Amino acid sequence: MIVLGIETSCDETGVGVVRSEDGAVTLLADEIASSVEQHARFGGVVPEVASRAHLQAMVPAVHRALATAGVTARDIDAVAVTAGPGLTGALLVGVAAAKAYATAWEVPLFGVNHLASHVAVDTLEHGPLPPCLALLVSGGHSSLLDVPDLAGPVTPLGATIDDAAGEAFDKVARLLGLPFPGGPHIDRMAAEGDPRAVAFPRGLTGPRDAPFDFSFSGLKTSVARHVEALERAGTPVPVADVAASFQEAVVDVLTAKAIRATRERGMETLVLGGGVAANSRLRALAQERCDAAGIALRVPRRGLCTDNGAMVAALGAHLLTGGATPSPLDLPADSSMPVTEVLVGS
Amino acid sequence: MLVLALDTATPAVTAGVVELTDTGIVQRSVHVTHDARKHAELLMPGVLTACADAGVALRDLHAVVTGTGPGPFTGLRVGMVTAAALGDALGIGVHGVCTHDAIAADARGEALLVVTDARRREVYWAAYDADGRRVDGPHVTAPADVVGHAAVRAAGGSAAVSGLPVVGPESPSPAGLVTVAADALRAGVVPGPLEPLYLRRPDAVEPGARKRVTGSSAPAGTTAPAPTASPVGERSA
Ligand SMILES: [Zn+2]
Repeated sequence: MIVLGIETSCDETGVGVVRSEDGAVTLLADEIASSVEQHARFGGVVPEVASRAHLQAMVPAVHRALATAGVTARDIDAVAVTAGPGLTGALLVGVAAAKAYATAWEVPLFGVNHLASHVAVDTLEHGPLPPCLALLVSGGHSSLLDVPDLAGPVTPLGATIDDAAGEAFDKVARLLGLPFPGGPHIDRMAAEGDPRAVAFPRGLTGPRDAPFDFSFSGLKTSVARHVEALERAGTPVPVADVAASFQEAVVDVLTAKAIRATRERGMETLVLGGGVAANSRLRALAQERCDAAGIALRVPRRGLCTDNGAMVAALGAHLLTGGATPSPLDLPADSSMPVTEVLVGS
Repeated sequence: MLVLALDTATPAVTAGVVELTDTGIVQRSVHVTHDARKHAELLMPGVLTACADAGVALRDLHAVVTGTGPGPFTGLRVGMVTAAALGDALGIGVHGVCTHDAIAADARGEALLVVTDARRREVYWAAYDADGRRVDGPHVTAPADVVGHAAVRAAGGSAAVSGLPVVGPESPSPAGLVTVAADALRAGVVPGPLEPLYLRRPDAVEPGARKRVTGSSAPAGTTAPAPTASPVGERSA
């Protein structure tokens, strides 16, 4: 069976095509049109700019995806689309397009959860997922999820109480004079810096703090204070060292909490996903700590960690083969869709 | 030929099937719902209802006509992307027409103003002569800045702000939408890309100087905090 997936929750117009056969889901196409460059000068994603770009990019992206996959519209067995969470105006473009394609092609429509898709995408590279713990970190979310089954209810264990991890990367990059989006630039600078140069705080790691929640706002402020103190003293800011120390503080907390959650929930597998999972230090430290704890780490390649249509198609394929009931044609886009809801209408 | 007509540029979510012949335009069905916040939920079910009422299947359609605004952005895009995706999936052309032109086509006669709600205490408006030709607009302005031209009557959901007698519909009918595209449809013109009539730039402010977190003791020469925060959204990669 072949499933087309549409993702427009933020600034990437993603259309993916996957094939599901004998329990294995394989990637046929992963087309992405990004409006990230249009947002750079604003220092963050401007929802209206992203939504306008989705409208322009939608149909051409579907064409490219079908061509790349080497299939025709008649081969598509289902359409899956991100119904939430995300930016409302951006989500609506994908949801409306998906309804039209599914209706005209006379195939079922699945309105799915963006976060569950970030977990499902790993099956494209590493095969079926056992019950697992998932750490999803991006500019919009930072969550620890207990995922017994991709198609079933997900239990949220914790999330950020203020800034998302990716947001902290963007804000600290701006502080250091690095361009938007901050993640890749911090990652690159940090490679040349000393992660122990500055002892930045590890948020919410005290004995009485919520064990699986995150907080990055205090860390960001601490970096700002450090930079401002140097500037006041007329000392040049050692950008690489600050970037490395900041990054270390983030990934230290993320991995420590993820490992602890995996153990406490009795899981043997940890999955990483979201744009921040493309960070090289997070990937390395997670591997190190999982190896030490005897946990199997599964991380999709970088291009599949960031938002894409393939992840939506992957979850759609899993739902379709599992016999899930399709979403109704009046399904809404839900900007704050709870992670416990994997499929709209289920 | 059978044409599906859609418009979501006003609070009305409109879908209908129109039969276009060499000489006439017959509206076979129309389905309208009013909920400015639920365009995406209501439109596709509305399309299917309109098709069922007309006794046609989607694959019987020969073309799609969609209003391209002006209209509040989020709703407008729902109609346009639905039209674009339907046309693509069915392998038929999608013609975009100015929503105000379609309202004017439903109110042919004397010179007319079409005025619709642009939210934020502004209106979209356009002026038409007695032959139904657009002579000004569409614009987005404060209601007080709507220019009357020779208009003796007004249509559209905000027509009352013109002070003229209100005639005609608040939103375009399927027949009105197809009327505007009729010449192109009959001539078999291959439509160009759909261009939404936003008329406004996106709300976005480039960030000013960095805000400091450590009090106001910054020495002379450093930049002041930015006067306004940039209204940027969150990334959710
Ligand atoms: Zn994401």
